[in-house]
Amino acid sequence: MLDSFTLLADWLVYDLWGLSASTKLGDALHFFIEDTTKIFALLVVMIYLIALLRASMNVESVRSWLVGKSRFVGYLMGSFFGAVTPFCSCSSIPLFLGFTSAGIPVGITMSFLLTSPLINEVAIVLLGSLLGWKFTLIYIVVGISVGVIGGVFLDLIKAEKMLQPFAAKAYMEAKQSAVKGESRRLSLSERHQFAKDELVDIFCRVWKWVIVGVGLGAALHGFVPEGWFAQNLGQGQWWSVPAAVGLGIPLYSNATGVIPVMESLITKGLPIGTTLAFCMSTVAASFPEFILLKQVMQWKLLAILFCLLLCAFTLVGWVFNGIGLFLITAT
Amino acid sequence: MKIIKVLGSGCSKCEKTAEIITRLAAEAGVDVTVMKETDLAVIMEYGVMSTPAVVIDEQLMHSGSIPHRSDIEAWLAIA
Repeated sequence: MLDSFTLLADWLVYDLWGLSASTKLGDALHFFIEDTTKIFALLVVMIYLIALLRASMNVESVRSWLVGKSRFVGYLMGSFFGAVTPFCSCSSIPLFLGFTSAGIPVGITMSFLLTSPLINEVAIVLLGSLLGWKFTLIYIVVGISVGVIGGVFLDLIKAEKMLQPFAAKAYMEAKQSAVKGESRRLSLSERHQFAKDELVDIFCRVWKWVIVGVGLGAALHGFVPEGWFAQNLGQGQWWSVPAAVGLGIPLYSNATGVIPVMESLITKGLPIGTTLAFCMSTVAASFPEFILLKQVMQWKLLAILFCLLLCAFTLVGWVFNGIGLFLITAT
Repeated sequence: MKIIKVLGSGCSKCEKTAEIITRLAAEAGVDVTVMKETDLAVIMEYGVMSTPAVVIDEQLMHSGSIPHRSDIEAWLAIA
């Protein structure tokens, strides 16, 4: 089925515009058209279907589910819900406070917030169509693990002592009994309405990113010589992973913009671990987000969080550089 | 007169929500005061976790998205 997008790009670029596949421009343009049309089509279908399924989920019901759960289940489910629950990133502070004031440990809340930008339906569609299901699965496992480990670590160092005073107070005075979930059954037409709204909302938000991401990817694809990364930033240079993460954290992008770039980086020979590390650090953390979190956290905790992410993504990078080769060749 | 508060951290969705409510109220000829509430402590007091949220005369009507036109019209119609 996905072949039709290749055919469409063949027809437009080679037949209609008369460009040759052997020129850089023709190659890059073909790549761009094939990927954008394919991604847009898949996004429309997937966003709608997933929204139908999760129409009755909201942060309130997640919170009531997480309250009072054992720690281990809490981190795992916090991270998992972060991946599947729809919420706008401008809500992350009210959400943080809402969870905290319900007595949910800071670590579990952070598991939710760390995983949330990394994994979502848009990221999965993009990864699946560009890099194959095996890579997608690894990406999901790594994303959830970063959330879980980050959460466990933050609770171990007692992060709740490093919140801003009013947030710490809310946690101490948490009243678990007052929290109740409001999950009601939705009719099919309500689900359809929700899914339609989600589709329009998400699509309007991400289409520019797809174009920018695929555009960058296409430029890399067409103009950077084969093997350039392998020679200059390959396996031998251990420092390239922490450098990539250090560069990625302050940069801001969402998963949509970064994944098409990932595809090009990998096919051009940048080691898979370095690519994952760079891209995940761009998506998971950014300066705007740290500034938001400053409202509820003290500088010390923010600094710890920054170092934690730096270490986590560097480790991810090294591990996957070590074991990653067979994954790409096998897809 | 209705006092309508739009709760949110000041993101574009919150701005839009306030704008739509103001416009629809004017169209319907309902006398309202629309305010934006960005203070986190106040937002917490209403128990809101996903913004934008809409509070009308101290009652939480909606949270988590830009409300639909039909919803807003229904709220405005309740005298």
